[in-house]
Amino acid sequence: MRFTLNGTAVSLDVVGTHRLLDVLREDLHLTGTKEGCGEGECGACSVIVDGEVVDSCLVAVGQVEGCKVITVEGLADGGRLTALQQAFIEHGAAQCGICTPGMLLAAHVLLQQARHLSAADVREGLAGNLCRCTGYTKIIDAVLACTK
Amino acid sequence: MSDTTVAVGRSVPRREGGDKVTGRARYTDDLAVPGALYGKTIRSTVPKGRIRSITLDPAFEWGRVTVVTADDIPGENVVQLIRDDQPVLARNHGEIRHREEPILLLAAADRATLEEAASYIRIEYDAVPPVFDLDKATELFSSVEISKGKVLEDLEDLEDVEVVERSFRVGLQEQLYIEPQGAIAFPEPGGAIRIIGSLQCPYYVHRALKRALKLTDKQAIVIQAETGGGFGGKEEYPSIVAIHAALLARKAGRPVRLIYDRHEDLAATTKRHPGVITHRTAVRKDGTLLSQDIEIVLDGGAYCTLTPVVLSRAAIHAAGAYACPNVRIRARAVATNTPPNGAFRGFGAPQSLFAAELMVEHVAERLGVSSVDLRRQWMLRLGDTTATGQVLTESVGSELVFDAALKAAPAVRPSDRPTVRRGRGLSLVFHGSGFTGSGEKKLQGTIGFEALADGTFRILTASTEIGQGTKTIFCQLAAEALGVELDKVILAPQDTSLVPDSGPTVASRTAMIVGRLVQEAATEVKERLKREKAPLRVEKSYIQPDSIHWDETSYRGDAYPVYAWACTIADVDVDMITGEVRVIDLVTAVDCGKAIHPVMAEGQIEGGSLQAVGWATIEEIKMKDGGYQNDRLATYLIPTALDAPRIRTILVENPYSRGPFGAKGIGELPMDGPAPAIIAAIHDATGVWLDEIPATPEKVLSACASR
Repeated sequence: MRFTLNGTAVSLDVVGTHRLLDVLREDLHLTGTKEGCGEGECGACSVIVDGEVVDSCLVAVGQVEGCKVITVEGLADGGRLTALQQAFIEHGAAQCGICTPGMLLAAHVLLQQARHLSAADVREGLAGNLCRCTGYTKIIDAVLACTK
Repeated sequence: MSDTTVAVGRSVPRREGGDKVTGRARYTDDLAVPGALYGKTIRSTVPKGRIRSITLDPAFEWGRVTVVTADDIPGENVVQLIRDDQPVLARNHGEIRHREEPILLLAAADRATLEEAASYIRIEYDAVPPVFDLDKATELFSSVEISKGKVLEDLEDLEDVEVVERSFRVGLQEQLYIEPQGAIAFPEPGGAIRIIGSLQCPYYVHRALKRALKLTDKQAIVIQAETGGGFGGKEEYPSIVAIHAALLARKAGRPVRLIYDRHEDLAATTKRHPGVITHRTAVRKDGTLLSQDIEIVLDGGAYCTLTPVVLSRAAIHAAGAYACPNVRIRARAVATNTPPNGAFRGFGAPQSLFAAELMVEHVAERLGVSSVDLRRQWMLRLGDTTATGQVLTESVGSELVFDAALKAAPAVRPSDRPTVRRGRGLSLVFHGSGFTGSGEKKLQGTIGFEALADGTFRILTASTEIGQGTKTIFCQLAAEALGVELDKVILAPQDTSLVPDSGPTVASRTAMIVGRLVQEAATEVKERLKREKAPLRVEKSYIQPDSIHWDETSYRGDAYPVYAWACTIADVDVDMITGEVRVIDLVTAVDCGKAIHPVMAEGQIEGGSLQAVGWATIEEIKMKDGGYQNDRLATYLIPTALDAPRIRTILVENPYSRGPFGAKGIGELPMDGPAPAIIAAIHDATGVWLDEIPATPEKVLSACASR
């Protein structure tokens, strides 16, 4: 198994049918990706595969052979937070924080795909990621702050 | 705000914010524990009966797993809480009271072995007919009666009086923290057990662990990991997870991780109490509120858990935010054979306030007056007396939030879709901050506060950060009181071997009750540092002010130190073809006393409000054979970003003299107001009154059809 993870080539000896989520968390010790439901409903395990947001609990690791995978650990450049991560802190978009990694990755893709976003676009783009703490208002504010 | 303010009132970055946006924050399941086994709970499959036999099929090689039964419990087979009715594990030949009753525990080196082992366990039952119906439930968990003035029948001069009677029904709700329940148990030298888990109340787990595993204070060590939401769901249930993990770890002699998946979490853990609330309200034609007669029945499920306290809060809030001379509230909680219900944000008050607020609407309709005007006529104001006889002496924000919300809500514009009708509804609620009655006095929550030699300060508290901001606001309060930079103050880890028992992180008490202790301790340390040198340490415990009087037996007196107030205005679209209800706009004005951290205060209001929107509209649990039919996230729906309304929060500051810098507790308040406002908005849109939530398309269409 070879793929690019957060900009670095990785080579692994794992069974291709294992969930990408488990390989990230258990084999690669990247625990920023969370399991909220294990059936693709909550988005806590969202990662970016070749520019698209996917639920890593529904992806077999064999499916990402040769792909570029980005997890929350790959967002910040060295120690420097992205504007989006900074906006999440400033706007209070992270409360308990368990949905935050997935939410950040979904928002990151949204911002990369379109520079001009309305609140409705952000709601649509984040509809696959559940948050039980914030009521989404501050998450949407944080994402919109990054479109300016 | 004074010039000396350095921290309070500023929306500073969340303490652990950097860790949470980079994936560095470590939640329970993120902790790598070399050599740890995986744990699993084997549960009942019948809702009521007796275990006839438990068989471990010899075809499986049982040496590969650790098996724990009730016989392996070294202490008492009781999950310590209010009543000693809930066993840690059901015994062979013992009673089963609900379908998810834990019977056996397994641990193995990998998950596949666990699943294989589970398939070789046979449990046979002698089932008996279960009780699910509130009317047929005979076992009582608790009852409360609150009485003020006379009952309706004893009143004179009843000519010119209208009596309105109505019954309301509220459903189960799952807390649905996004991180499921979980704990890791470590066997330690000297027979000690260390727990790291996802939890709200380290000392609840500590007490439960000591009792079931027969441990001393020092032998039980409970540490909170980063916790992915609680909302009450991690108040009492983590005791069960921790005991189970500890029993496995003790027997296996190795660490054991017991992490629930979402399906198990939904199926087995506590829910918001469903119930039926009936009101009979008497008013004069001029709108004068004469009497309220209220009956509450809550379904506690199979075991007592926190039900008596939930019932108490439901009863105390049942008359609503209104001044009525004659009130009778009779409340009872009964046992059924569903999994036990328990703590959930609001703790009974959302249920009873839902009914109280809709009653205002029904009375206004009968009198032919505006319910906004009627609320203004009835609302509790400074100097008024509540149903328990409490005279409201300060920080009564009813009128302030009412005016602020009405001013902020824009005019309603009709929907541009032809099949959709739009309506608006309003609610006015109050919520007691802190424990009920003598609760805080009995609890005597304690914190430690240290000035360290390097010029920094450390807060020692068992109050947990579960997303609401404890870590940040406690440091703000201390920095403000000390007059030092915020980064000079840190919070010690929530570890029972390090910090004193500050009481549970529940009941809208952390910021107000424990936060006040932080302020007082910091102030004392500041004074002492004028004469003494660091390091030094002080402890502060809650002392009930002499002015607070509460009689537990008569349910008379000061039920809460103070109340927070909220007015909510909901705009709702109802699709007349599909019956779908969409809340499009929500404005909430909240009297929080003082916003220590305005962004986090708004975050509490917005998040709580959306949980209430979910409870009122889409969060429905269907029962089948004593279990929840939709016990997966694919079928139990909570609001997404697309379903969520725009939520606008207006913070009204109306300081409370005994709160930290004037602050009151607001954690639960936002759960109270939205549901009745939404049902009133549905009526405004369609002309039909629903008496039951959630307002599912089926209920909306059927109500519209029978109109």
